[in-house]
Order: sequence, then C-alpha cells, then structure tokens
Amino acid sequence: MSDDEPRTERTRLAVAGARATTAAVVAGQPRKDVIRNTLFSVLLFVAILIALAGLAALLIQAFVEGRPALGFDLFTEPNSSDATIAGFRQAIIGSLMLIAGVIVLVVPLGVGAAVYLEEYANRERWWNRLIELNIQNLAAVPSIIYGILGLGFIVRGPLDLGFIALAGSLTLALLVLPIVIIAGREAIRAVPPSIREGSLALGATQWQTIRRQVLPASIAGIATGVILAISRAFGETAPLLLVGAATFVTFDPQFLSGDYTALPVQIFQYATRPQEEFRILSAAGIIVLLLVLLVMNSFAIWLRNRYEQKW
Amino acid sequence: MEARDITASGPAGITRRLEAASPRYGEKAIVAALAACALLSVVTTTAIVIALIGPTVGFFQDVPITDFLFGTDWFPQFEPASFGVLPIVVGTLSVTLWGMLVAIPIGLGAAIYLSEYANPRVRKVVKPALEVLAGIPTVAIGFFAVAFITPDIIQKLATSAPIFLALSAGIGIGLMVVPIIASISEDAMGAVPGGLREGAYAMGATRMRVATRVVFPAALSGIVASIVLAISRAVGETMIVVLAAGSTPNLTFDPLQSIQAMTAYIATIATGEVAQGTTKYDTIFAVGTLLFVITLAMNLISIRLVRRFREVYE
Repeated sequence: MSDDEPRTERTRLAVAGARATTAAVVAGQPRKDVIRNTLFSVLLFVAILIALAGLAALLIQAFVEGRPALGFDLFTEPNSSDATIAGFRQAIIGSLMLIAGVIVLVVPLGVGAAVYLEEYANRERWWNRLIELNIQNLAAVPSIIYGILGLGFIVRGPLDLGFIALAGSLTLALLVLPIVIIAGREAIRAVPPSIREGSLALGATQWQTIRRQVLPASIAGIATGVILAISRAFGETAPLLLVGAATFVTFDPQFLSGDYTALPVQIFQYATRPQEEFRILSAAGIIVLLLVLLVMNSFAIWLRNRYEQKW
Repeated sequence: MEARDITASGPAGITRRLEAASPRYGEKAIVAALAACALLSVVTTTAIVIALIGPTVGFFQDVPITDFLFGTDWFPQFEPASFGVLPIVVGTLSVTLWGMLVAIPIGLGAAIYLSEYANPRVRKVVKPALEVLAGIPTVAIGFFAVAFITPDIIQKLATSAPIFLALSAGIGIGLMVVPIIASISEDAMGAVPGGLREGAYAMGATRMRVATRVVFPAALSGIVASIVLAISRAVGETMIVVLAAGSTPNLTFDPLQSIQAMTAYIATIATGEVAQGTTKYDTIFAVGTLLFVITLAMNLISIRLVRRFREVYE
C-alpha cells in the first residue's frame, strides 16, 4: 500500500506503535546475538564444506591412485591374477547384461505399479495402504537382504535358476523396483486432474486416458526415476556377492548360463588383494564406474529440466 | 470402476442407457495386470520373510535362541563352534555410532544452511553436489575409506591404528548418509510455514534464533525421521564395513579396533567356501533375520515420522 497517511486516529496510533516497537526491538538486538548468529552461520557453512571436501577427496583419490592403470586396455583385457595385464572385460560385459535385464524387468513392472497406485487404487482400502507402506519399507531394506532373497528364492528354492546372470538381474530388479515406483508415482501425481477429466469427458475410457494423456505427460519424470534406479543397480555390489557374481570368471559371461561377474564386484575383489598393483586397478575401475554413473545421472538431470512440464 | 446401470431421460421421455456399449473386458484385464505389478511388492516382502525364516528356524534347532541372542563369543568357524551374535551386533552398532557422530552434525548443518541461510547461487552448487555424493556406489566409498581415510588420516593421527578399524568404516558410512540426513531434513524445514519464521523475525530474532528456536523444533519429526533412516542405512550397509572395518568379531566400541559387522559377516560367509545346509551356513540367514528386523523397525518409525510432518504442514 502506498497510502502514507493513515485514515483514522486509531490506525495512525497503531502504525506509530508498531513502528516504535519494531525499531526498539530490532535496534536493540543484543550484540551477543548478532555475533552468535555470525558464528553459527560460519559453523553451518563449514559443515557443508566438510561434506564437499569428502566428496572431492574421494574423487581425487580414485583418480590419482587409478591413473597409472587408466587406458583402453582396461576395457578389453580380461580378468587375471597377474595385475600388470588384468582388466575389466568380463566385469563390464557382465554389468551391461545385468543392467539390460534390470531395464527390461523394471520399466513395465515399476510403471505398472505406479499407475495402479495413483490412478486406480482406492486409498480408503487397507490393502492399498498396505502396498504403499510396504513399498516405502522395501526402498530402505538393506541391499544384502535382497541378496539373501535372491539366494533363497531365485538361485535356489522356487525359481532354482542357479548362479547365473539372470538371477543377478532379477535380484537387482527387485532391489530398485521401489525407486521406480516412488518416482513414477510422483511424476503421475504431478499431472493435473483437469487433463484426465478433459479426456474422460470426451468419452475416453480410463485406460485410454492413462495411455494417451497421463503417461505421455509424465514420461520425463518416469524416465528420470528409471535412470536413477539403473545407476543404483549399476553400482550395487553386496546382493551380487550372494547370488554368484563373486566367482573368478575367465571367459566372457553369458546371460543364461555359466559364471558371471559385474564391475563393482570386480572392483571389490581387486581391492581385497594385498598387492599394490591390484589396488591401482581397483581405483581405475572406480573411475570407470563413476564416469558411467556421472553420464547417466547428468542425462537424468538434463531430461528432468528439459521435459519437465509446468502446468 | 464397477458397471452401474445409469439411465437418463432424453426429450419426449425416451430413456437412454449411458453405460458403455460393451463390457470392456480389455479395460478390466489391464487393471488386473497393473494391480498385479503393485502386488509384486507384497510378494517380494513375503518372499524375503520366507527366505529368511526357513533356514533360521533350522538354525535355531541346532543352536538355542538365547545362546544366539545373548552369547558373547562369535566363533562359527571353530570347533567347538560358538554362536553368540553380540560381538557382530556391537560391531555394527559401533560403526553406526561413529558414522552418526560424523553425519548428524554435518547433515543437519548442511540442511539448516541450505534451508535458512543459503542464497540461490550457493544452493545451485551444493544441492547437486550432495546428489552426486548420494549417488556414489558404496564400494567406492569403502575403497576410499581403506585406501585414504585409514592410512592418510587415521594412521597419521594414531600411529598404532590397525589397517582395518571401526572408525574408518564409520567415517565412510557418515559420508554415505550425509546426503540422506541433509535432503530429508531440508525438506522438513522447507515445509515449515513462512508465517512462523516471519513472526519470529518481526519479534527481532536473528536468523540463528529463527533457525534453532522456531524452524528446528517445528521440523523435528522430519529431522528425527531422516536420522532414523540414516541409522537404518548405516546398519544395513555392507561394502564399506567389509572393506574398511575388518573381519574380527570383537565385542568393543573402541573406534581404533578391527571389528566385524553383521552385514560383513554375511558377505564373507556367502562368498567363502562353506557347504550349504550346515549350521555355519545357516548363520547367514539367522544374522540376516536379525538385520531385517532391526532395519524394519527403524524404517517403520521413520516412515511414520515423515508422514506426520507432511500431515501437519502440507
């Protein structure tokens, strides 16, 4: 309001009173408080700096240590017990296979579950609330527990696949499924109801509405979630140790039979060997792993910014 | 959507059915398929429980449950074997404790700074950096702990420190969970209505007072949720403890001692040459069950607390 002249006596008094109080309080802000505030903000900033320094140290350390082993050989040379010629060939092939399997499994299942929970499920029903709570919990179950699930249910037990790459893919898919579902639900929820109502009013069925309106409008958010899930699966080690990726593989792995391994598992195995050369190799593997993740995550962020719809 | 008999009166009293001309079986099949996708999550949980319980029951037929839960000697590989789980539980708790001592001040500091102090330029740098940190695979953090934190920091300060020790893994885990604490806490603080802050500023409070006396208490349930979730993650983390904390079951909270965590035990036995079906092999499942129960309890607490702050302010 630009009106400087208060209209009535009462308003003028009230404004004057408020001004005086504010001035008294703000001017009277104790010096001690001001100094404390400054110290506090410095302390908080130091906390952030420590976190960023930790991240920087991790990246620099891996790069400095792994640099001597960096080179094209890293991708083409097979696993070996001789550190001077060993590489990550089988591990990289194995990881690519595992991830391909995860994508095929996780996209339809995750998007399907997200669509059901957002578009069809009635939240008043206890079973739908149970599914929701269950997914939130599954997202925080330790990854090694998924390894035990894979060991007991997929490698042996009901599915009885044995220690093959498909079992690893299934285990990783179950592990990252909650990530896809949660991200997918958020993306679908961001589509305004008016879009759906418009479509339904034109006579489209609910599924037609979802397929032609809701899914295209939320595809960027869903894709971002899928990429984040895949990068999580790509770096995951612990569950793979239990479902057979830990074996020493000397041949190119296959998806449905025989031994397999994965990049993070190979990094882990090289890291546990006592020789210095293997540690260098391990650090070089970490650089490769981090570069792949960096590319994937940058793509996810770009996708989010480029195609995010503002309604 | 259930089919209803809807009719409407047209002009001249002609009634028309507004119901779809065909029963739309395809539509129903799609709903069923989508519901099946959602149900898969329940199946997963059930399968986890079955996979854990079966061998665990077998294990407790060989080893009394009280010996397992309260025994202080964990020597499954010796003759005679001893299956007291406490040393590896304490190992996990010790690493978690040191991790939290690192992560809680840093994570909360970062959250308060981002929520109350930071200008947009700083946020634009710090938030993606924390996201990058959150995306670093734990095997890389474990390697960093054993190849840098232990030799270049801890052993420089405490020269008698061993190669594998709880503190190093704790710092690594702290680094891992900082983004979790920072992002969930910042969300919770962001959900505190601006009016509360403005009221305090109008009373002449400094930023620090607003942050610590108004925003922090108002966002407390979300902050606690973030910490509980971080503890759950720390307890369940495998690669960092396997690489940095060692494999000596040791009933101690001493940060400068080599210990063995529950997850590290599972990983070690699963990759070793233990014949399946033996009591020693079944320890994986007994320890796994205990781990699952601990993390389940914490996840449920955390989910409930997050829901509370969402309900209050959003």
